[in-house]
Amino acid sequence: MTQVLGEVSRSWTLDKKQQTQEAFLQSLDPRVRLLVCVLFSCVVSALHDMTALTLALGIGLGLSLFARLPIWTTVRKVVVVDSFILVLVLTLPFTMPGEVIFSFWGWEASREGVFRAAEVGLKANAILFSLMALIGIMEPSVLGHALYRLKVPIKLVHLFLFTVRYIDVFYKEYKTMRMAMKARGFVPRTDLHTLRSIGYLVGMMLVRSLERSDRIMEAMKCRGFDGRFYILDTMKSGQRDRVFAAVAAVALLGLLAVGYL
Amino acid sequence: MHIVDGALSNPVLIGGGLLAASGVAYSLKKLEPEDLPRVGVLSAVFFVASLIHVPLGFSSVHLILNGLLGIILGWAAFPALAVALLLQAVFFGFGGLTVLGVNAVNIAFPAVLVYYLCRWGLSAEKHLLAKRVADGLFGVFFLLTIWAGFALYQLYQIEGGSWSVTVNSVSLILFAVVMAYGYFLYRRGTLSVAGFWGFLGGSLSIFLTAVMVAISLALSGEEFGKAAEFVIVAHFPVMAVEGLLTAATIQLITKVKPELLHAVR
Repeated sequence: MTQVLGEVSRSWTLDKKQQTQEAFLQSLDPRVRLLVCVLFSCVVSALHDMTALTLALGIGLGLSLFARLPIWTTVRKVVVVDSFILVLVLTLPFTMPGEVIFSFWGWEASREGVFRAAEVGLKANAILFSLMALIGIMEPSVLGHALYRLKVPIKLVHLFLFTVRYIDVFYKEYKTMRMAMKARGFVPRTDLHTLRSIGYLVGMMLVRSLERSDRIMEAMKCRGFDGRFYILDTMKSGQRDRVFAAVAAVALLGLLAVGYL
Repeated sequence: MHIVDGALSNPVLIGGGLLAASGVAYSLKKLEPEDLPRVGVLSAVFFVASLIHVPLGFSSVHLILNGLLGIILGWAAFPALAVALLLQAVFFGFGGLTVLGVNAVNIAFPAVLVYYLCRWGLSAEKHLLAKRVADGLFGVFFLLTIWAGFALYQLYQIEGGSWSVTVNSVSLILFAVVMAYGYFLYRRGTLSVAGFWGFLGGSLSIFLTAVMVAISLALSGEEFGKAAEFVIVAHFPVMAVEGLLTAATIQLITKVKPELLHAVR
């Protein structure tokens, strides 16, 4: 449905070639995958035990294998996301009070701090891998429909679907406008001129989007829009989905047991 | 800007989730079905805008534009941002599922606040009053900064100088500098009155977001204190960038299509 979410280099959606060899996880009911992923994230953030968290990361990695995520692009994405938490992980050992294990330029690192940093890193990556494997390979529109079938308010789902639909359109418009600016010799720098030009670019995109949304509304009214939308696809869960849900439940209970017993 | 999974404590996560859910619920109740395409299309534009990188010295920052989003969408900023954050979390991996609520509140709440603060200042009829209030608002911010600076200086004398205090004073000075630069541009005529309101909205929303991110980190544990301070300091360049950019956008909108400011009821 949308190109941008797959086109932008950091996105996780698989390209056409990889989608043809259907992965096992891809064939499961989207609702089950979504629920399992949310529950897994909640359980992992409630855990504090190192063994349990390592197991959780293992489960995440295993799911990624099942989902047949492309190795190198996945690694690149994980590195990008991990660079976000680097600051936190690097400062934690030095800011948490506790037993000193080593010092670096007069800064003392505590054992508790190192463990806390490891905990944050493990949690973030475990959730990341499961997210990639379970939801990241879903079409955005399928995700919207799954949200609707899980009783998320209809207005929010439609906002989601509209956004997904038009991200692509306005990304292309943005690229066209940037090309036009480039053709006129625009090079982004750190100065007022750049900020003003990009500000005008955003403003023009907003102006065009408003005009476009009026046309969309007219087209919808023309087709008999009465304030309601209909989502037609019915999702069915089969034998395999029930087996997957059962295995997931056992795994989550197991994680909680390892973490708290 | 995004807090990742695993850092925050459970009470903060649950509290953020509840706040975000109630904000989204309230704004969805206000939202007419006829406005859905507008909000959806505008939220797509803001998603694309968040992919734009602006060079800043040796590095670059990506836009958030929650001030502009708040000014244009008002309360509808809540669901629009929730959707954008969900898409970013699921397809780009920025932020995560469990922190979705906290992130949504941290970004959307300043947007709604800015909506109430700047909305009437942007309307053209009360031009002179808008000017006066803009001047007054700037004065208030400046006095607050000076007062906070003095308070911190005294604290510094008592504590004997710790790292945290110096970082705080540096961040306050930067806040004052950013605000003064915007005011200078406005006085020189580069920014119109509406533009200055846009500047205030754009930079204030980033400041508030940074403060809220810092608060949610600090609430999660003593050990995040330094990281929380770092977040505030790191966002001052972003404040300047977003303030000036929002100012330019608002200036364009007020000239080209003023009805955009009243697009969503």
